[in-house]
Amino acid sequence: MGDIDATLHPTSAAHPAGVRQDLKHHFDDAAQQMESSTLGMWVFLVTEIMFFGGMFGGYTVYRNMYPEAFASTSHFMNVTIGAINTGVLICSSFTMVLAVRAAQLGQKKAIIAFLILTLILGCVFLGLKGVEYHEKWVEHHIPGPGFQYADARYFHQAQILFFLYFAMTGMHAMHMIVGAGLLTALIVMAARNRFSEHWYTPVEMIGLYWHFVDIVWIFLFPLLYLIGHTS
Amino acid sequence: MIHKVVSVRTFAAVFVALLALTFTTVAISKLDLGEYNFICAMTIAVIKGALVVAFFMDVRRSSSLTKLFVGAGFFWMAILLVFILSDYHSRGWLPRPAWW
Repeated sequence: MGDIDATLHPTSAAHPAGVRQDLKHHFDDAAQQMESSTLGMWVFLVTEIMFFGGMFGGYTVYRNMYPEAFASTSHFMNVTIGAINTGVLICSSFTMVLAVRAAQLGQKKAIIAFLILTLILGCVFLGLKGVEYHEKWVEHHIPGPGFQYADARYFHQAQILFFLYFAMTGMHAMHMIVGAGLLTALIVMAARNRFSEHWYTPVEMIGLYWHFVDIVWIFLFPLLYLIGHTS
Repeated sequence: MIHKVVSVRTFAAVFVALLALTFTTVAISKLDLGEYNFICAMTIAVIKGALVVAFFMDVRRSSSLTKLFVGAGFFWMAILLVFILSDYHSRGWLPRPAWW
């Protein structure tokens, strides 16, 4: 299937008068309005980069201080579930991008179908994450009074890694839950016929958010699951 | 700003590339490459992240202003990590002065 000859971010001149495109009065045209939304969304995402950046910074410091202890924890991470979850998130990003594409083409049923698929994949990710958290609970790998670790030398240092593991994957899961809520809102809006090829900004913006959360996981997966897997 | 809608084929190609890179990174983690395990894992993660940003988030066709903001975000993140690493790596390089 080749590029379809439809225009994105259409200018108001391209539409006959009376076509609804939700153009606010302070914008010159739909293109400028769309541009502002995209930039605004990215400003928010940059704050999110900073937010997760703090945790990645903390991980960097402690991994440099205790490389052997951090490497030893990889044996207790469920790489299979981690890898499957990476695949699930990539699939959900793919369905999300297809939902945005359907919105751009004004294919209303396809928008809903792809958004529901994205939501289902997001829930599968969270479910598998729950299975993993339960494993950690059973194995006493949750930091705190009940923490136990096979290698007594690394008892304290490994606990730091598990703190970081729960903080980082927990914050990521929190973002997934928010994303699932946003997707539900989008599905309701799409079902109420709010979107057309002239106005689909929320689909595109929440798409950006969803892909961002995917990128965070793309970095979390190798850092938490794969590092020190061989040693 | 008039853009064409991206074809499903392009998105599918990016999708397949992302899955292939995930398999690659898991496969490489099973090999013992010493220091290169970390380098490979992070290189693959950066490539995957760049693919998502460029294609799925469509930054490659966004306005220059948006690109500037995206670049600034990741650049600041890089400053954070590079300065932390340069600090922790260079500790102990110099002898401790007698008056310490």
